[in-house]
Amino acid sequence: MERKKVDGMKKLNYFLLAIFVFCFHMIAGAQGDPSKVQMADSMRSNGKIYVVIAVILTILIGLVLYIVRLDKKISRLEKEK
Amino acid sequence: MYKSWWKITGVILLVYTVIAGLLLDVPRLPALQETIRNLYFHVCMWMAMMIVFTISVVNAIYYLRTFNLKYDIAARHYAAVGIVLGLLGYSTGIIWMSYTWADANNPASASFNAIAREPKLIGAAIALLVYFAYMILRDSIQDMDKKARISSVYNIFAFAMLFPSIWIMPRILPSLHPGQEGNPALNVKDDIDGSMRMVFYPAVIGWTLLSIWIATLKIRLSLWKEKKLMA
Repeated sequence: MERKKVDGMKKLNYFLLAIFVFCFHMIAGAQGDPSKVQMADSMRSNGKIYVVIAVILTILIGLVLYIVRLDKKISRLEKEK
Repeated sequence: MYKSWWKITGVILLVYTVIAGLLLDVPRLPALQETIRNLYFHVCMWMAMMIVFTISVVNAIYYLRTFNLKYDIAARHYAAVGIVLGLLGYSTGIIWMSYTWADANNPASASFNAIAREPKLIGAAIALLVYFAYMILRDSIQDMDKKARISSVYNIFAFAMLFPSIWIMPRILPSLHPGQEGNPALNVKDDIDGSMRMVFYPAVIGWTLLSIWIATLKIRLSLWKEKKLMA
């Protein structure tokens, strides 16, 4: 009688543990293994990322040069009387 | 160029942002993936907008204390640059969320239904509309002093509206937008990764300096116009 009860408890414990492990897997699966998350790794390894950087930098520098020219023009306006 | 050291700093920081922002390692997170790098661009627009709006309201208060028109002109142009930054932040946000929030399994209308309820989007829209109203109010008054005085007072109200609309309300309501708890991207502990911090803070400063530079150009131009009218 006593023995049976203990066995029952054990079974219940195993059952709970199984549920816990299952839930943990679900959560872990939802979170995703960091190394499995898709990133643009191939773009980095073949160096194409530098092309993107070059394009963005060109646009940025172009815009900055435009602002510099505006700044100089306004300075000239301010100087003349 | 007029006092150029901070302009050069801003440009160098922006160049650094683009290079380091695309090359340095970022946390590998599901759903976000490489788009996490948008932190250096999208979020910086809003940060720069808040800083520029703060400069604008400080100038408005200065005007009300001194009644010197140059502060009013400064307040107007800083607000205008702030609006541009806000619009850029909004449109970059639209692009970003349509690739991360929208559920590809649902029809577009269902995704839109969820996204249109975002408190952060509504709050940001309210804040921008309040500043649009500032521009309209300003330009609808002919008298110079009246225009400056009324719009400076309104500027303070508009700034006050930023608090509930973009800082308080989105934090209270449930939202998909990150940064619900505390100060997004500014928390010292467990917020953004240390490697991202190294790019994010310089990026905020760089974008802010660039927007201040543009604002000062507009201010100098209108001061020059003002002087020409007087002469």
